[in-house]
Amino acid sequence: MSVELPKLGGKFIQMEDEIGSMASIIGASIGGLKSMTATSGPGISLMQENIGYAVITETPCLIVNVQRGGPSTGLPTMPSQGDILQARWGTHGDHPIITIYPHTVPEIFEETIRSVELSEKYRIPVILLLDEVIGHMREKIDIEKVDKNKSFKRKTPDVPNEWFFPYERNSSGVPAFADFGEGYRYHITGLVHDVDGFPTSKPDQIDAFMKRMFRKIDDNLDDILDWEEYELEDSEYMILAAGCVARSAKQAIRTLRDEHGIKIGLLRPKTIWPFISSVLIDKAQDKKKIFVPEMNMGQLLLPTQRFASSICDILPFNKINGEAIYPHELVSFIRRNI
Amino acid sequence: MDKKIEFYESWCKGCGICAAFCPKGAITMDKMAGKPVFDEEKCIACGLCELRCPDYAVIIKKKDKE
Amino acid sequence: MEKNVVHKYLRKNKKFPHIWCPGCGHGVIMSSMLRAIDKQGLDRDDVAVVSGIGCSSRTPTYVDFNTIHTTHGRALAFATGLKLAKPDMTVIVVMGDGDAVGIGGNHFIHAARRNMDLKVIVYNNNIYGMTGGQASPTTPSGKKATTARYGNIERSFDICELAKATGAVYVARSTSYHVQALEKYIHRSLSKKGFTVVEAMTHCPTTYGRLNKIKEPVAGMIYQKDHFIMKAAWDKLPEEKREGKFPMGEFVDIEKTDFVSKYLRLIEANKE
Ligand SMILES: Cc1ncc(C[n+]2csc(CCOP(=O)(O)OP(=O)(O)O)c2C)c(N)n1
Ligand code: SF4
Ligand code: SF4
Ligand code: SF4
Repeated sequence: MSVELPKLGGKFIQMEDEIGSMASIIGASIGGLKSMTATSGPGISLMQENIGYAVITETPCLIVNVQRGGPSTGLPTMPSQGDILQARWGTHGDHPIITIYPHTVPEIFEETIRSVELSEKYRIPVILLLDEVIGHMREKIDIEKVDKNKSFKRKTPDVPNEWFFPYERNSSGVPAFADFGEGYRYHITGLVHDVDGFPTSKPDQIDAFMKRMFRKIDDNLDDILDWEEYELEDSEYMILAAGCVARSAKQAIRTLRDEHGIKIGLLRPKTIWPFISSVLIDKAQDKKKIFVPEMNMGQLLLPTQRFASSICDILPFNKINGEAIYPHELVSFIRRNI
Repeated sequence: MDKKIEFYESWCKGCGICAAFCPKGAITMDKMAGKPVFDEEKCIACGLCELRCPDYAVIIKKKDKE
Repeated sequence: MEKNVVHKYLRKNKKFPHIWCPGCGHGVIMSSMLRAIDKQGLDRDDVAVVSGIGCSSRTPTYVDFNTIHTTHGRALAFATGLKLAKPDMTVIVVMGDGDAVGIGGNHFIHAARRNMDLKVIVYNNNIYGMTGGQASPTTPSGKKATTARYGNIERSFDICELAKATGAVYVARSTSYHVQALEKYIHRSLSKKGFTVVEAMTHCPTTYGRLNKIKEPVAGMIYQKDHFIMKAAWDKLPEEKREGKFPMGEFVDIEKTDFVSKYLRLIEANKE
């Protein structure tokens, strides 16, 4: 990015640490720019406090996290899916968030664009969660497919300054964002604030603010959620997997169907937060079992159990040795367990 | 000199800074009320009390300026 | 109707008096800043005031500019992003001493090193005021704090020396007692391009004052009057007489190209 951005009039800065990176992209977004940062491992932990700041101030920005194994310094450049729950609950306090989880390089390209759009549209930080396996992979991207003239613009206010409420409660749940320097002199704070942007400790104002923050996401799930269904049509069994594990799952499904006659398919959330709960409930209805393979000790398993445990059996498959999950491992695990 | 001292009582927290550093001793603190009392006679409109008031409760207006 | 310069810049929709304790020096620094901004003749739409967390960092709430109250210690990093997005905006960063050189010390030295065009005002009360008086990196050795009941055994930072060493283009120190100098230094910093630091010594009667027997606001200002000496006089003072005293005045005033100006040139040279 340090090479490409200046060519396009964009700006790149290498901050002193990931806390600073996260802070500076929020500052840049307040100044009206689309902004992003990227990290892996410990860096994403350092960003958490300010991710919460972006949530509460409703400042759009994109955070790319290429996951690595282990807590702490862990397993640099080795794959893991250990940050799935951190992406949801990493910053302190109750909050909504959007997390997108692509599984191929071209999909990273498309989903990055979608992530920025979602972030601008709903005024929320979006985390693009990646697997190391895909982060270091090379695949073809069809750049021509992208409409270069289509660039999502955030909704900005058009009312006179004195009528502007930076955190107004309108029907969409998303207030217009006044970029700094446009004549709307207002206050931004990480304290819970009322419609005018100033801190409040009044329970009714706090309640209205917090609920709007959740509502703007909950009311727009149709737009935010995305997933892929693979060979699900006639399947009796289902794998729920995201990222690189879904690639192995697809291959395992080919083998299981072609060589062993097992009717199995895949449900792959592309948006993992908010979770695709209604889709899962729908797809689980006629399944005998759901397999949840993950490179962690059961992080996607939790929401899967929450929404589908009363519908069918759910079986985790966990691998945390710094290796990817291979298709043959899934084939034998599934054959043993049906 | 023609001047006017404006005092916003509701903004004043009674810290006593204005009185302590008035070069002419034109301000005394009313012990009961905890608020300053200004003696316009003594005041030379130097404006220091206005500059140092942490609560922006005093304004010294020089009439000749207006 | 505007009552005076300071009132002109206060937010009409905020309740006054402000939240600071009676006699707290923070209010004096804020008014000095407002007078300096007025003198500089800046359009308020083109001014941003960014702060961290602390008593001092409540400043943005009250002033009618583009204002951001960020997270503890991170104001300079937020301001860096804002400045990159809005190169023509005057970005003023107000921080407490704990905010600026404690938790935010890393951002401070790097923003200075990079020469980001940010106008820093550190409200230095030598303590963590908002959280009840814990020792800060500027609590003088031997002085008391709630976490240094027996007297601080650590060495303290000299913020001006730190700013000087890390590359600030303008560095000055004044106090809430020396208001005219304070306003003058802030005004000078606003007229410069690059990373500037004005250290505004302020008295905190509630925590530092109470713990160190300078409880009355007036006593805090008398202390400043007696212990801060203009640089010219300080330079002539023999070593033994400097004990317990501090220099004030302008320490650095140089010209150096700032980061954003350099970056804009880089864009110009590499644009497609
Ligand atoms: C990460 C983090 N740690 C601790 C706090 C709690 N906290 C709030 S204000 C403050 C100290 C502020 O002191 P200083 O910056 O010196 O400003 P002052 O209040 O003295 O003006 C602390 C530690 C916080 N808000 N965030
Ligand atoms: S300095 Fe201001 S707040 Fe303090 S006593 Fe005087 S008028 Fe009141
Ligand atoms: S203007 Fe000067 S002389 Fe007059 S009351 Fe204030 S400090 Fe005293
Ligand atoms: S605690 Fe200290 S710094 Fe904070 S408002 Fe009170 S006097 Fe000022």
